[in-house]
Amino acid sequence: MKLNRRQFFKICAAGMGGSSVTMMGFSPTPALAEVRAFKLARATETRNMCPYCSVSCGVLIYSTGDKSKNAKADIIHIEGDPDNPVNRGSLCPKGAGLLDMVKSPNRLKFPEVREPGSTEWKRISWDEAINRIAKHMKTDRDANFMTQNKDGVTVNRWPTTGLLASSAASNEAGYLTVKTFRSLGITALDTQARI
Amino acid sequence: MTNHWVDIKNADLVFVMGGNPAEAHPCGFKWAIKAKKTRKAKLVVVDPRFNRTAAVADFYAPLRPGSDIAFLGGVINYLLANDKIHHEYVKAYTNAPFLIDEGFAFDDGIFSGYNTEKRSYGKDTWKYQLDKDGYAKVDETLESPNCVFQLLKKHYSRYTPEVVSQVCGTPKDAFLKVCEYIAETAAPNKTMTNLYALGWTEHSVGSQNIRCMAIIQQLLGNMGMAGGGINALRGHANVQGITDFALYAQVLPGYLSAPGDADPDRKTYLEKRTPKALRPGQMNFPQNFPKWFTSLCKAWWGDAANKDNDFAFDYLPKLGGASDVLSIFNAMYEGKMNGFFCQGFNPLASVANKKKVGDALAKLKYLVVIDPLATDTSEFWKPHGEFNEVDPSKVQTEVFRLPAGLFAEQTGSFTNSGRVVQWHWKAADAPGEAKDDTEILAALFLKLKEMYAKDGGAFPDPILKLTWGYRQPAKPAPEEVLMEINGKALADVVDPKDATKVLVKAGEQLPSFAMLRDDGSTTCGNWIYCGTWSQAGNNTARRDNSDPSGLGQTLNWGYAWPVNRRILYNRASADPAGKAWDPKRTVLKWLGDKWGGNDIPDMRPDAAPDQGVMPFIMNPEGVARLFSRELMAEGPFPEHYEPFETPLDKNPMHPNNPKATSNPAARVYKGDMEAFGKAKDFPYVATTYRLTEHFHYWTKHAHINAVLQPEQFVEIGEELAREKGIRNGDTVKVRSNRGFIKGIAVVTKRIRTLEVDGKKVHTVGIPIHYGFKGVTKPGFITNTLTPFVGDANTQTPEYKAFLVNIERA
Repeated sequence: MKLNRRQFFKICAAGMGGSSVTMMGFSPTPALAEVRAFKLARATETRNMCPYCSVSCGVLIYSTGDKSKNAKADIIHIEGDPDNPVNRGSLCPKGAGLLDMVKSPNRLKFPEVREPGSTEWKRISWDEAINRIAKHMKTDRDANFMTQNKDGVTVNRWPTTGLLASSAASNEAGYLTVKTFRSLGITALDTQARI
Repeated sequence: MTNHWVDIKNADLVFVMGGNPAEAHPCGFKWAIKAKKTRKAKLVVVDPRFNRTAAVADFYAPLRPGSDIAFLGGVINYLLANDKIHHEYVKAYTNAPFLIDEGFAFDDGIFSGYNTEKRSYGKDTWKYQLDKDGYAKVDETLESPNCVFQLLKKHYSRYTPEVVSQVCGTPKDAFLKVCEYIAETAAPNKTMTNLYALGWTEHSVGSQNIRCMAIIQQLLGNMGMAGGGINALRGHANVQGITDFALYAQVLPGYLSAPGDADPDRKTYLEKRTPKALRPGQMNFPQNFPKWFTSLCKAWWGDAANKDNDFAFDYLPKLGGASDVLSIFNAMYEGKMNGFFCQGFNPLASVANKKKVGDALAKLKYLVVIDPLATDTSEFWKPHGEFNEVDPSKVQTEVFRLPAGLFAEQTGSFTNSGRVVQWHWKAADAPGEAKDDTEILAALFLKLKEMYAKDGGAFPDPILKLTWGYRQPAKPAPEEVLMEINGKALADVVDPKDATKVLVKAGEQLPSFAMLRDDGSTTCGNWIYCGTWSQAGNNTARRDNSDPSGLGQTLNWGYAWPVNRRILYNRASADPAGKAWDPKRTVLKWLGDKWGGNDIPDMRPDAAPDQGVMPFIMNPEGVARLFSRELMAEGPFPEHYEPFETPLDKNPMHPNNPKATSNPAARVYKGDMEAFGKAKDFPYVATTYRLTEHFHYWTKHAHINAVLQPEQFVEIGEELAREKGIRNGDTVKVRSNRGFIKGIAVVTKRIRTLEVDGKKVHTVGIPIHYGFKGVTKPGFITNTLTPFVGDANTQTPEYKAFLVNIERA
């Protein structure tokens, strides 16, 4: 029985103690980086997808913790999903850097505002951000909502606020975006579909 | 894609033009390599640059950026002049025999019906001749001078190999060699797959580039076949899904054309969008439009959408005119907008003419950026040296930056380029206080709803009555949302032929869009996604990758729209009698009483071949269109027009008609026409492109990618380098009429100098990925240079062909 390291760990994880598997005569193909490997074996594996190009390669994300409520997961490794029929475990030079995208120093961590004319960002709470943005929206919508056009046709649109939506968002987030923004009357709406 | 990634392995010829999959879609491109290895397929590449796809090709031909239609028109002419077409397919499955209005004409680059002032066409003559029953007239002999086949022949007879070489700069023998490769796939059992990307779309004639390939694939009989089709290799991992969900103005989810000012009520709206069959006995599937639309209104407004209020037709905003990224930024530039949201979108970097975009943003009252990363757009107001020269004290825009999670931190579905919807699971929380996009939306929406409920305001009904039955209103679960998208029965759905037979019980998830009704008894948030979450559960999460046919269809992996069909138009993979054109790659065949094979039939399952139901069921004529009727802005046949910034000053195919120099139907805003450069000041053709180490403007924030490709470079050919005294590694300044960027010169053999219309044309290649935010070296934004003009149908900006000058900095 020939096993690579991951299959070996899968068997271990399936319930048999690693030592008993070894006693039964199986052992993983020798590898030098055993310590790193065992770290992955203890990690939680989550199936996900590369967000870059539209090949949408399957990826496996490894994180610390077991997804229990109080265990804060930390992503430690990302690799191609060998089961995915399109990428079959491979990733390209873009996707190979996914962990560095997750861990980018430029990730945003809290809401901020840059006041008119100011030269800097200021941290604010989510409550303040949502309240202030909603107030702007309502003021603008109430002032500029167009019920009818000049020919008297009911148009019910809000022409003075617009949205560029994300093609990196999931279908579910995209659907909620279009549902809510259309209900507000927004027609100035576009996405990366064009560019 | 009409086909899908793995299906590329079934091709006999992989024809790549307008894309560079080896670098931009590497893990999908492996299937082209597989076709080469296992089927001895050929790979042919046509591109301005000898890129890495070309490096592994069997044959490569260069062309000048922006001359694709001349090249492809030449291919069409070659196939027709040398009788290399799939006759039976063309006659039965295309509109070749259809008779066109006698008034239809084409004169020196302009089709009949042109209005010079409006820069648009009246399309009264671009249509079929109809008989007394309203069906299109046809000439089965294909000999009438007014039938599509003869008109096509006549139109492309001008595209001789000599003209192709004159316009494209492609050596004549190289062009003819490409034609020979393509022509081989006219055999019924040979297929060519076409792979293209933004290299075709980002032109003022982008849609017509693709129309050319549609014509070629119809003539060759390659649509619907395994290893065939027209395959758009799209951008982001879910750009297909977000397009399907209509995050753009012209449509509602599922490509339902959005209501506009010309649609005063539901009845008028539906009548215009529900076509009648144009040939007897055709499926004319869009006749179901009212079912799809009504089910969407029910999904959004529930009980508040009913027969008494036209199913809430007035709750939907009506589109008042152009509404695309260029028109939106133009309106903003003119001070007509007050607020703007950028959700995972970096327009300062990705929209044409960065200066105009920055000036436009500065006129807003408020800007909200929702993103996982600190984007360039979020700091459009902040000075970053010469990369972003701005005085913040003069920018009165209030800018909010809200932190969102990214792929690894969210659960939900993505739809890949091959229309396969796949579920993914959250691995960890987003950092700090970052929230999921859905939570941010819910928070904003619920706050507004609360304000409208309390204080009233402009037309609050669509907000107050929007369905929001999520178990945690502030945190809609992706599972609940996909169930809503799929839709369910509100009352028992019965068989239209037998009312006693209940097909779906009230309350159940719908199995497919065949169950949708227009009487308000069904809901569905996007009809083409109906089936993603049936009573069986989440079909997008299916992970059985078995492939019994060996064609790579993997029908039990995820869920492809529509109805899990993997190859669109697959009825056309069989001959009119129902026998597969290539039995070794059977996609579909007639089994005697029904259609079967290795895919979900794109045909009524019991439509026997002798009933003559044709394969292109979404077209009222039942067949594919060589002649696109009134559906395109600039003509029913693609014609070569020069880019808006042309190195030639005239269209070599219409040298004496200035109206036909560039796309006569493209929209150009005041001020933008003046901002186009002329060849005397900007003598070199520029084209932008992507690197294999980077993805758009994201990976400049990721360390490894930034190490691999740390800074902006500009690629030029050896001859231009000699002329300008530029050496490898020099810093160069590239100027267009809209601004300048600097980068490191890379002098290569990959870009050739071409002989076009009697003069030498040099091309400058400019990667796009840099900016002033990121862990790469701070740099200029490439779209500082690009012109603010788009394709006449889609308004996709012309990033792939414009004029620049270059000098040592």
